[in-house]
Amino acid sequence: MDFNDTPDEAEFRAEARAWLERNAEPKTPGAVYKYKRGEPELIPAARAWEAKKFEGGFAGIALPKEYGGRGETRLQQIIFAEEEADFLIPPPIFSISHGMAVPTMLTYATEEQKQRYVPATLRGDEIWCQLFSEPAGGSDLAGLRTRAVRDGDDWVINGQKIWTSGAHYADMAIMVTRSDPEAPKHKGLTYFFFDMKSPGIDIRPIRQISGYANFNEVFMTDLRIPDSQRLGDVGQGWQVAITTLMNERVSSGIRPAPDFEDIFALARTTELENGPAIADAAVREKLADWYIKAQGVKLIRARLMTALSRGERPGPENSVSKLVSSFRRQEIAHFGMDLLDMGGGIMDPEMAPMRAMYQQALLDAPGGRIAAGSDEILRNIISERVLGLPPDIRVDKELPFDQLPSGS
Amino acid sequence: MNFDFSEEQYLLRDQARKFLDDRSPPAAVRAVLEDEAIAYDQGLWRGMAELGWVGTTVPEEYGGAGLSGEDLCVIAEELGRTLAPTPFSSSVYLATEALLMAGSELQKQQYLPALAAGERIGCMAVSEGVGVANAASMQTLAIDGVIEGTKVPVADGDVADFAVVLAGPGGGGDPSLFLVDLDDHSVSRKPVEMIDPTRSHVEITFDKAGAEPLGEAGQGWTITRAVFDRAAILMAFEQVGGAQACLDMATEYARNRFAFGRAIGSFQAIKHKLADIYIATELARANAYYGAWALATDAPDLPTAAAAARVAASEAYNLAARENIQTHGGMGFTWEFDCHLYYRRAKLLSLALGGERLWKDRLVSHLEARNSGGEV
Repeated sequence: MDFNDTPDEAEFRAEARAWLERNAEPKTPGAVYKYKRGEPELIPAARAWEAKKFEGGFAGIALPKEYGGRGETRLQQIIFAEEEADFLIPPPIFSISHGMAVPTMLTYATEEQKQRYVPATLRGDEIWCQLFSEPAGGSDLAGLRTRAVRDGDDWVINGQKIWTSGAHYADMAIMVTRSDPEAPKHKGLTYFFFDMKSPGIDIRPIRQISGYANFNEVFMTDLRIPDSQRLGDVGQGWQVAITTLMNERVSSGIRPAPDFEDIFALARTTELENGPAIADAAVREKLADWYIKAQGVKLIRARLMTALSRGERPGPENSVSKLVSSFRRQEIAHFGMDLLDMGGGIMDPEMAPMRAMYQQALLDAPGGRIAAGSDEILRNIISERVLGLPPDIRVDKELPFDQLPSGS
Repeated sequence: MNFDFSEEQYLLRDQARKFLDDRSPPAAVRAVLEDEAIAYDQGLWRGMAELGWVGTTVPEEYGGAGLSGEDLCVIAEELGRTLAPTPFSSSVYLATEALLMAGSELQKQQYLPALAAGERIGCMAVSEGVGVANAASMQTLAIDGVIEGTKVPVADGDVADFAVVLAGPGGGGDPSLFLVDLDDHSVSRKPVEMIDPTRSHVEITFDKAGAEPLGEAGQGWTITRAVFDRAAILMAFEQVGGAQACLDMATEYARNRFAFGRAIGSFQAIKHKLADIYIATELARANAYYGAWALATDAPDLPTAAAAARVAASEAYNLAARENIQTHGGMGFTWEFDCHLYYRRAKLLSLALGGERLWKDRLVSHLEARNSGGEV
């Protein structure tokens, strides 16, 4: 075993580090970026950060140079993300654009479309959203009902999407629709991309328990999309959607805050009734548990990097990291507030330690356990794809979609 | 970045797996469980010695294989997977490591070749009954070159030829380590009934037994902790191996056991339980691998890595062993099924070098020291 980078990796890491030091502010325990998700100032700041990375040669690290990328591997991309995580950078507004839309476009779009959209996206000019989930299709994505009907050279779209991150500021969208309700559910889907400024789109923000509105409902009434913006064949939308989801961030460098370092710092600086919190046995027991989990996730990433460096494809084993991290964040948020006792409920960032990181996380964490694969779906993935347990008995696979029970 | 075992180490693992599947099947473990007269599987022990495993990390000049701690970790995982009923951990992780760490040149020459060949067996005597062992509470005393006191439980103390004994100087001073010949007439040994009868334990009473100092006087507790740190990493691999065996058993059973017209493994209540065991085992494995690296490179981070591996592996194995029984339903708690062999071993291993609570506390102490740039 060898935790050191190869000379090539080390050179890239040093270059990335040096560039970040010149262009971003280093992160200290408890520090947070100046704008949170939901604050309007964040969007231009995030675009500016992407533009800066593009100019510096650190956008689309694993993407081909001809589309504005750096032409390196996934490994370099992870190294950069690791280094980036040590700095105060905007929350990942572009993760859907870079992690989902761009790989899908590169796989299915025409050469002309790739040239038109990919570099612009990497430069931060265009933000994408992903219109997948619907009121009737969340974890059960293929249950979606938004209709696409062919009309000459266009398709006419009617329906409703939900949980669309960033629809209110996105420039472009990728979307799965139902083009054939008489086919079995996975076989009647078709996939498109389109401009979010098109007529027929109504965006309504969903206010979350945190008070912010990162997500939206998107209503489409007679939205017209040219057939040239179809990705994949008619009826092949499920396969294209799988491409998109397979590319969902393998491992972004963003660490969920608060994590172990934050709660460790809080325990060292908080006085309890009998002395510092760090000296309390109950606190120490929790810290030990969170450390082995944080460390375990970090080391599982090291194994992933080892696999990538050998040219292997990462498997579903990496579902572990998301599951463990999002739950731990909620636990740490709870516990951090408990350490602060009666004052733990204070949300005023001027009064609460670490600018109310724990209180904010308490409200953000439930969403983290649902988005990008809920805890339950990830446990299904682990048990079916890793352990090889039989799938749940399905009643919805062979029937025509319009004959499935819907509960309404 | 290469966070994985080498090709040679995978070959070693395959060899170990094949050998142990053949020589340490459940029947061999049960033979030790069910017959009080059998302390350990002697044939298995001899076989392991012939393969050179017993002397894995002993330098070649003392008759060992001169391999790294990582290689020993590979073997440990397979021993844990098959519950190998031998004094391997006592003789190899504890006695041999203590001699390598603190022995004089003469002691190494005297003890290591026979240890590496598996001809002599060593053990380590620290605990003095229920309760946490610590330097201040040592009742066993070494005065004027002889030891008096009682150590219990001592793993493999019945079959060991000598023990590494922790004893105080009297008057509350710092304890030291001693080598004691267990065949001496002043030493008496009595079997102790333990939670896991597949590993024999005894109470040893020293009645003015002749003792040879091991390591510097007054450094006994420090050396013991350093030996335990290294042993914790090796034992974490045994625990990960055991946890994986439980997960494999439970998964296999859930695939083949039908109820309500379907495999019970198709129910999410079972699936999610097994996914949780997988997660705990993978987190433990990741921490143990890091420990293996620390062991092989003697990294300054070793005590932290050891405590993290120890805590993660104890939690994973106990969870896996417990939920394996639950997945097996009524058959899971019968004597006939093998689930209880793992359930017993999981608990025993998580206590063997001190319990989970203690190691969690040590882990946080190491992290505090690391954070303030000091040493624990």
